[in-house]
Amino acid sequence: MTNTSSMQSGYAAKKRAANIVIYVILTIMVIIWISPIVWLVLASFSGDGVSTGMFPKTFTFDNYIRLAQDHERDGTPIPVEDMKFPYFKWVFNTFIVAVLSSVISTLIILMVSYAFSRLRFKSRKTFLNLGLILGMFPGFMSMAATYNIMDIFGLKQNLFALVIVYSAGAGLGYQVAKGFFDTIPRSLDEAAKIDGATRNQIFWIIILPLSKPIIVYTALTTFMGPWADYIFVSYFMKDNSDSYTIALGLYRMLEQESRNEYFTVFCAGAVLIAIPITILFVIMQRFYVAGVTGGAVKG
Amino acid sequence: MDFLDYAQLTTGQKISYKIKSFFTGIPGAIVGLFKAIGKFFKGVFSWIGNGLKGYGSRFAKGDIGTKLSYIIMGAGSAMHGQIGKGLCFLAAQIAYIMFMMNFGSVYISKIWGTVHFDEVSIEKVTYQNVDITGVVGNVPPNYDVDPIFGAKTITNLDSLDDSNKVLLFFVMTVLVSIAFFAVYITNTKSAFKSQGIRAEGKKPMSFIEEMSMFLDERFHVTMLIIPVTGLLIFTVLPIIFTIFMAFTNYDKEHQPPGNMYWWVGFKNFADVFYSNPDKSSTFGKILVWTLVWAVFATFTNYIFGIILALMINKKEIKFKAFWRTMFVVTAAVPQFVTLLIMKLLLADGGPINETLGALGVPTIPFLSNCDMARITVIVVNMWVGIPYTMLISSGLLMNIPEDLYESARIDGANAFQQFTKITFPYIFFVTTPYLITSFVGNINNFNVIYFLTGGGPSPAEYYKAGQTDLLVTWLYKLTTQSSDFNLAAVIGIIVFIICATGSLITFNMSKASKNEEEFS
Repeated sequence: MTNTSSMQSGYAAKKRAANIVIYVILTIMVIIWISPIVWLVLASFSGDGVSTGMFPKTFTFDNYIRLAQDHERDGTPIPVEDMKFPYFKWVFNTFIVAVLSSVISTLIILMVSYAFSRLRFKSRKTFLNLGLILGMFPGFMSMAATYNIMDIFGLKQNLFALVIVYSAGAGLGYQVAKGFFDTIPRSLDEAAKIDGATRNQIFWIIILPLSKPIIVYTALTTFMGPWADYIFVSYFMKDNSDSYTIALGLYRMLEQESRNEYFTVFCAGAVLIAIPITILFVIMQRFYVAGVTGGAVKG
Repeated sequence: MDFLDYAQLTTGQKISYKIKSFFTGIPGAIVGLFKAIGKFFKGVFSWIGNGLKGYGSRFAKGDIGTKLSYIIMGAGSAMHGQIGKGLCFLAAQIAYIMFMMNFGSVYISKIWGTVHFDEVSIEKVTYQNVDITGVVGNVPPNYDVDPIFGAKTITNLDSLDDSNKVLLFFVMTVLVSIAFFAVYITNTKSAFKSQGIRAEGKKPMSFIEEMSMFLDERFHVTMLIIPVTGLLIFTVLPIIFTIFMAFTNYDKEHQPPGNMYWWVGFKNFADVFYSNPDKSSTFGKILVWTLVWAVFATFTNYIFGIILALMINKKEIKFKAFWRTMFVVTAAVPQFVTLLIMKLLLADGGPINETLGALGVPTIPFLSNCDMARITVIVVNMWVGIPYTMLISSGLLMNIPEDLYESARIDGANAFQQFTKITFPYIFFVTTPYLITSFVGNINNFNVIYFLTGGGPSPAEYYKAGQTDLLVTWLYKLTTQSSDFNLAAVIGIIVFIICATGSLITFNMSKASKNEEEFS
């Protein structure tokens, strides 16, 4: 009797030790993972400019103020229209592009995923396979060609070109929404069909009202896309800095010739942009998981 | 080996059997790949064959209306009482003819243009009476163009075709023609079908009835027409255009407008693989590094991500939501932000080196030495990617039915056995597709490399690239910085081939291994 209880307490002690090790590892990992972000926030308030080390020595709000109203080194304000890095103009550009491409992409994704999930037609498999093949081309492989097409449509260096690029490809990103539609019981469709509803009516009256979460999810993810894209903007806008979106603008701040001057301003701009995106992502994480595991986890 | 034999093996033997069967599975998977390709072509040919057969037999069995619709579209439908439908087909035919006369034929004729020179110098040798064939576009005779170094004197740009436009409109014409052909075949089918209905003594559907089918039986057409058109114009068209570009000499010296480019066959591919020492050695090195990178990046993230998830989800560990949120937050910050910060932190004169310097450690060239930079990108990629894997496998861990563990415990399985028998097989089974997509994703991982090192360090022997460049970042640089569009297109095609074969092989292998998957 005593034997087993001592064995049990030994087992418990071993277990406790294992847990303590795990806590220690987790704590160290969290520190490693969080510290660059803490450093970013600290640097955004740093008054030391490019010489900000691990910890800023002086603190200021100046970096944030300079995003809206830039000034020379001696403090003379630079008129907004002459600003080298018009941060809020870029934010506004990105917002417009994001809203428009979110609306269009959401519509397209809903249409495609509904068709592939609920409707059965002859060439369905062919279309699905073609979509898979198209998806395997590197996304920006054909951007020079896309740029030429935009040029012909008169959309060279235009924000609408970005809207089109972001939303025209949306048709390939139907998997998550399709997975969601797949979970809606087909008996609903069948019952409606017996009652004489057309597939069009089934879509509008039965499926769409049940799909609010996936509509919100699709709209938010497609809204977030343009905030992080650098590749297409950098090629499409070239040196037309009026039409930059935020990712390209911030990247330009860190280029050789402006890095010394705008190092901490970049940090401030990055913090401002990261806050809303981070919040959106944390809200959306459940769906993100469902998306990449191909619906293996139902959100 | 059947299941009974397998079950009698010791754990070590089981593992070695699994590893062995994984590698012996590779040839089978490759064979499977070729079989799949063969099956695909067989399918395509039988589809074409059946189509032709149907096309012929419909004509043979057709009445006068059906036969007429082979020449005048919509004639059959109209004669069988479907006036509206017939008019639509006719309108399509007229529109297509107009399109071809005014637009399509022009660009088809220009796609293989000829330029004549009375005298031209190519690489310092002067030639008399040279014809260059296969130019994309037409040039007025004796236009003062140097075919190697581009235009010398440009007096009137308008008389010179823009090769880009010619090629683009040519591809567009081909796509429109394919679409029209589909409509044409539908027209003959529809005429034959309505003929049959008439023969039964019934009335074919009215135009209104037919149209209302697009809201019901043919609702998929309504739903897909806009997305597919969008994809055709802005994804398929550019991809085909780019593939064609790989067979031209569209580079810095041949940039329209002003200069023209022409067809060079497989020269660019030959350049990349062997004939141009600069490009081929760069390509070889980048290809090897891309594959090494993809393997390391995928498996480090996968393994450590799962370990992290297991730690957080261990039953006795408290504050699960806190730990998870901490990692998710780092994943949520836009990548270009976190990666640029990492670049700043790790720079030779950056805060980390500064701090180390204060402690007396010499500067570590995190990003400026080849081997060091390669290790750094893999490590930073772990920082970027592990939270994602953790997130995904956490969800999966919570999905494992609790009664599996329950019964395992009753059978006396310890924690380690539970892990190897339940947790790991389960996770591995469900995440195989994720593993494939993340491998392909890492081959295409632009962000980590471009924002962190910009591909550098860049020694001179690399053609427009650096030692940490992946194929895709090289592609990006070739397009944006050096205007080597043809070379970029070749690289794009190669990346596609790597990704497609990789996915197909792993897909075949996972299909094969699913049969022996055991959950006991």
